[in-house]
Amino acid sequence: MSTPVELEHTQVDPAANEVAAEDRPWLTIVWNDPVNLMSYVTYVFQKLFGYSRDEATKLMLDVHHKGRAVVSRGSRDKVETDVAKLHGAGLWATMQHDT
Amino acid sequence: MKGWRRSGDLVSAELSEREAGLLRGLVGQVREMLDARRTATPQDELAELTGITTGPRTAPDDRVLARLLPDFHREDPELSGGMRELHEPELVAAKNGVAGVVLQTCPVHGGRVRLTDEQANAWLSALNDVRLALGTLLDVTEDMPDELPSDDPRAPHLGVYHWLTWVQESLIQALSR
Repeated sequence: MSTPVELEHTQVDPAANEVAAEDRPWLTIVWNDPVNLMSYVTYVFQKLFGYSRDEATKLMLDVHHKGRAVVSRGSRDKVETDVAKLHGAGLWATMQHDT
Repeated sequence: MKGWRRSGDLVSAELSEREAGLLRGLVGQVREMLDARRTATPQDELAELTGITTGPRTAPDDRVLARLLPDFHREDPELSGGMRELHEPELVAAKNGVAGVVLQTCPVHGGRVRLTDEQANAWLSALNDVRLALGTLLDVTEDMPDELPSDDPRAPHLGVYHWLTWVQESLIQALSR
């Protein structure tokens, strides 16, 4: 994984942090697995989320090389629906609250 | 089989009797597994009346079913349980549906299969479910060789997996055209 780490230097007001927790979006994550074909994963991203071929290919390569990729974000309901759709297509997807 | 071809609004391929039998058998088995999972979750009279069914809260013990019906969250079993209860029935129904399309459109004794895009997309999902099931049983890795050593008990079955991969890949190419 080559995710840049952001260092936190400032003191955070706990009350402000609570508000932020509610505003934090949910993320739809697709995990790498050895069965799903690269072409199929790209096809599914285009089909389900309307990504262009280039965008879908980039996300697929992220899954392939980094082990995971965030493919959509938003409200809990939206992400829940997206994960359900991805399960329908046979992709290994989970939801998580952004940190 | 020589692969899928697009001609106009349809995609088509020619399957031998053996290929058709193999495919129908595999798709049928996955459907039976899903059916067993569905019927293992008893529904009460209220669910029968409203048609709103609830799924189980826990992931299947069987590793093939667990791969076909994954958890919604990696670290939060409470959230995953709630989501599974809500979504598993529709997921199982969707997988049954795509399997049904294959069984309806794939001739029992082989021959030409002609599919609309909607049917072809159902085939894609059903082929993927079968590959997930077989890939899980074969402990497939990303750098799986074309053949395994002959003393490996998985060796005779790997060819089927690779064939399914090829059928799926060819269908994606035809649909992307």
